[in-house]
Amino acid sequence: MSKTFRLPHQRYSTLKERALHPLSSRKHDELVALRDVSFHVGTGEFFGIVGRNGSGKSTLLKCLAGIYGTDSGSMRIDGRLSPFIELGVGFNPELTARDNVIINAIMLGLSRREARRRFDEIIEFAELQEFVDLKLKNYSSGMSVRLGFSVAVQVDADVLLVDEVLAVGDGAFQLKCFDQFARMRAQGRTILFVTHDMAAIERFCDRAMLLERGEAVSIDTPERVSQLYREINFGRAAVEPAARPGQEVRIGRIWCEDPSGDRLVTATQGDTCRVSMEVEFLRPVRFPVFTVAFRNEVRHTVFTATSVAHPSAGAFAAGDRAIVSFAFENALAQSHYTLTPAVGEYEGEYHLLEQREDVASLIVEASLHSGGVVDLPTRMEVERG
Amino acid sequence: MSAQPAAARYRGPSAVGDDLRRFWALTWMLAVTDFKLRFFGSALGYVWTLMRPLLLFGVLYVVFTEVVRLGGDIDHYPVYLLASIVMFTFFAETTARGVTSLVERENLLRKVRFPRLVIPLSVALHALFNLGLNMLVVFIFVLASGIEPRASWLELIPLLVVLAAFATGVAMLLSALYVRYRDVQPIWEVMSQILFYGSPVIYVASFYPDSIEHEAMANPLAAIFTQVRHAVIDPSAPTAADVAGGALWLVVSLAIVAVTFAIGTWVFAREAPRIAEDL
Repeated sequence: MSKTFRLPHQRYSTLKERALHPLSSRKHDELVALRDVSFHVGTGEFFGIVGRNGSGKSTLLKCLAGIYGTDSGSMRIDGRLSPFIELGVGFNPELTARDNVIINAIMLGLSRREARRRFDEIIEFAELQEFVDLKLKNYSSGMSVRLGFSVAVQVDADVLLVDEVLAVGDGAFQLKCFDQFARMRAQGRTILFVTHDMAAIERFCDRAMLLERGEAVSIDTPERVSQLYREINFGRAAVEPAARPGQEVRIGRIWCEDPSGDRLVTATQGDTCRVSMEVEFLRPVRFPVFTVAFRNEVRHTVFTATSVAHPSAGAFAAGDRAIVSFAFENALAQSHYTLTPAVGEYEGEYHLLEQREDVASLIVEASLHSGGVVDLPTRMEVERG
Repeated sequence: MSAQPAAARYRGPSAVGDDLRRFWALTWMLAVTDFKLRFFGSALGYVWTLMRPLLLFGVLYVVFTEVVRLGGDIDHYPVYLLASIVMFTFFAETTARGVTSLVERENLLRKVRFPRLVIPLSVALHALFNLGLNMLVVFIFVLASGIEPRASWLELIPLLVVLAAFATGVAMLLSALYVRYRDVQPIWEVMSQILFYGSPVIYVASFYPDSIEHEAMANPLAAIFTQVRHAVIDPSAPTAADVAGGALWLVVSLAIVAVTFAIGTWVFAREAPRIAEDL
């Protein structure tokens, strides 16, 4: 199945412009949102669709849901399809939860009578009995999502299309959602599920598909797909920018590897890890200083590897290239780190020559969660008195 | 395999869809919800819906009986003025809100599969609710000014059906065009103004000079208002056919309604599959 959007080269959306440019308005760019994506999902399967922003996930779901038409190819869906791809569509903040539930249920394909009959179950599942007659504008966002989810699961669809729903709701409710998914799967419902959350993919999906620029890169087990997703998105070597005028040093690729030289996307705590960067000098530098800063998810610099701690690397002439590596025992806590390499010069005082913010990343996995930002090796002694 | 029709069904979004009950349920629900919000949304609710035509009526009545002295020669001028304003308000409301309806419901159109025609039709239905309520006020006026109920009042029903078909046809056409051409809205605002003065709202159809009678009565609004005047308000007033110069001339205005409705349906059905993308 393919989907191409015609993106007008420039939007001529008024008649005046169209009259002034009668010919040029025919031009448009084509954005291929989906290219020859083909897959089959069996009955009762929990199928994950992952990909970066703009990779075509939502377009695919909208085509499946019948919101967008397709340009080529065909789709076949056996059974009733839930026509929603987002929770709480059409919720009106000015109406009470009661009205909104009925409206939403009708939108999703129930008749008015069915909607009324299931109303109590819906409210009960959402645990919002006390707030039934409250206007939705007074609901917290989590509460309205709960309501939306409750309606959605009450619609007897054989095939559910779900777009990024698990990102909201508190922990207890998320658990309930997962239970509900498990129950629906046990009933033989088929669920197509779009997310960025690899943990959810690995936990629930039978199979998953990775979309990249509108193409299905891989349809495989959730473990392998999420591994590939991480490699593509976090481990990708940054594209080298062209030299700017007046630039003194260029920093090329930066990557992490294990002692045997294999590229690392995910490093295990306690292992030796080596971070390397390519450097090219565009003018002579006598006392270079190389650093790589590791920032965690909350953007604290947890650790900076620096050449100051080591014997001088010596002077470099213009045009010299080098690969600078730091090896370290990985004591970083489990997190997703971004790497910022920098090159400076020390001539009595330090000044920065080149720095590239957050150009690479490293995921650290650990069996221990101590709560600290690092897990330094410790020795323990207990002296009983 | 038995799933073949299902496969065809998922080719893309359509104007009406294949489930008429769902189509109607959705249209009804959206219209009722809108109506409820309007009705209960503000303290005075319905009063505001009625206030606009009544206020317009008050102003025009004072101007055209006290200042211009045009209404004086017309029997039951205030009743006719109110009835025509109420009917024109229905037409103006359906078309003006219809134009922007698809764009305003963008969040639904891009998130849920449902027949696209539901949106402009629910706007028309909502306006029809208002028309019904406002018509009650018109009839209070009618009875208060001493007009006796007659069998010809029943003519009102087909006349309002034609009016609704005309308004809905325009709304379908314009709403589909507005998605791609945003200047449809200002153009229609001007058109609506022209129609207000071009149709016998503040005057009656017999005021048209003889030279343009045929053309003026080709306007469906003029024909409908004139016939309502004859059937409901004043049996001695000329029928639409009298003013138009023969029943044959009325076919023109009926044809305009039919053609508008047909073009509206056709354009809407053609645009429906792409509406969600073009928004």
